[in-house]
Amino acid sequence: MAEEPKEPKPPQVPTGDKPASSAAPVSAPPAKSADASAPAAPPKAAAPAPPKPPVVLQTPLDNEFVTRVRVKFGAALLEAIQDRKQAILLVDRSRLAEIALHLRDEEKFDMLADLTAVDWPKREKRFDVVLNLYSFAKNERLMVKVHAADAEEVPSVVSVWPTGNWQEREVFDMFGIVFSGHPDLKRILLPDEWQGYPLRKDYDILQQDTAWVRENLGIESGQ
Amino acid sequence: MGPQHPSTHGVLRVKLKLDGERVIGSECIIGYLHRGVEKIAENRTYQQFAPYVDRMDYVAAVSSGLGYCEAVEKLLLVEAPPRARVIRTILTELQRIASHLLWLGTHALDIGALTPLFYCFREREEILKIFEKYCGARLTTHAFRIGGLQYEAYDTFEKDVERFCKDFESRIAEYETLLTNNRIWIGRTRGVGILTAADAIAFGVTGPVLRASGVKWDIRKAAPYAAYDQYKFEIPVGTTGDTYDRYLVRMEEMRQSRLICLQAIENIPSGPILGKVGKVLKPPPGEVYHAIEAPKGEIGYYIVSDGTVMPYRVHIRPPSFINLQAFDRMVRGHLVADVVAIIGTIDIVLGEVDR
Repeated sequence: MAEEPKEPKPPQVPTGDKPASSAAPVSAPPAKSADASAPAAPPKAAAPAPPKPPVVLQTPLDNEFVTRVRVKFGAALLEAIQDRKQAILLVDRSRLAEIALHLRDEEKFDMLADLTAVDWPKREKRFDVVLNLYSFAKNERLMVKVHAADAEEVPSVVSVWPTGNWQEREVFDMFGIVFSGHPDLKRILLPDEWQGYPLRKDYDILQQDTAWVRENLGIESGQ
Repeated sequence: MGPQHPSTHGVLRVKLKLDGERVIGSECIIGYLHRGVEKIAENRTYQQFAPYVDRMDYVAAVSSGLGYCEAVEKLLLVEAPPRARVIRTILTELQRIASHLLWLGTHALDIGALTPLFYCFREREEILKIFEKYCGARLTTHAFRIGGLQYEAYDTFEKDVERFCKDFESRIAEYETLLTNNRIWIGRTRGVGILTAADAIAFGVTGPVLRASGVKWDIRKAAPYAAYDQYKFEIPVGTTGDTYDRYLVRMEEMRQSRLICLQAIENIPSGPILGKVGKVLKPPPGEVYHAIEAPKGEIGYYIVSDGTVMPYRVHIRPPSFINLQAFDRMVRGHLVADVVAIIGTIDIVLGEVDR
């Protein structure tokens, strides 16, 4: 299993050859203590046992679609899970563009609805780049993820879905993730000269590029 | 052009490359209203963040709020009770009408028709009065709560909505007499800013702009949320994907929203308005992407929970931001005078573009 530690998530069941479990939550060894103050969120209509077992919502996904992708890309498909009925594929970063093209043309995921990133600084490869795809033909959504370390480049999907252009620029702007093959990778929401990447977890909420603010706005930060 | 320009609907700067009067290239410079909403979300509890989403698309706050509440509910594995879902549907459809009215008034004003603005604001005022009576606010309503509603519908709620809907039919006809067959309006909009269906999908365009290009797709039908599965309505589509088609699609959408409201007030189920959610929300670890059909297109919330009271990450997919990206494709080859028509027809709100 070529897997990075996924720290804040409950233990994942390996995606091996286990049968696909239904959407019903599967109980597993306790990952977090049942918090008394937590809201009583009834997981579907499951029998409410008095000491509520911690719910593992991420279950391995194994259906025809996943099999097709696995046959085509083999080890590049690192993991396939289901979380709250959503299909999530974790794929090899270096083959993202190729997989994206395949998903668009062969699996009819013709719209890239959303592209964003999540920072997990404690993990060896700190960034998740998350693509939310939609298929008009199947009326289905699919989440595709890659992991990237700090200085690693992620292949751009602009050539596959032109809408990725601004979305990748936003991720670059906020996280400093570089997309290789992007036609015009530059900041989009923040000023071009801004220093720092605000949505990284080590960027404090009160932090600012004080030099930029002083120089361009003529005020002290926070004024 | 811009950032301060009356026709950019906010602070949008557009760099235009011209050959005489003809536009041969463009670049949108955005970010003037960037407030770091996504960063704020990581430092607030789930409930505390809810009012912030109203301040993105401030002319359709109810829709943004619905998307956020439903996304968190999906994360928490709870559902709003039936009564709450129906009231949510009514308010969201009224919001769609209000948003389209504001769009129609300002879009017509940009092109040179002054009258529709006053007509549209007259009806929009009625909707805002209903919002005000319901929750005390007119624009940034914060009408919904995670798990349902905070407020019961007020005593004459159904009557107010019904009266508005009854009047509104003739009012749409009134707007149409001003514009639909108006030679100047047709001349300024037909064939302007054409977006083909293939381009629209490639650019991720959603909402009325996508439908005007001939793609019959609406999240209310494709993945019904709130109470939309209970009501009959049509999805209007265009044929050529020009500015005139987008006008027609939005006009028809207002009629359909009116029909949804009328169906919904006939039978509002009784029962609780807030589901079983605690005071402290700690969604189980995991992630959701939830999208709804806002007046401007697909508004999506991608929320990652690490099991604490604050979201680990919130990403908002704003329809205005994504749709604006197709502007360059739509504007090339047109005259400078058409630029404002094309900005208007996409229906953007810069608060949502920049977040």
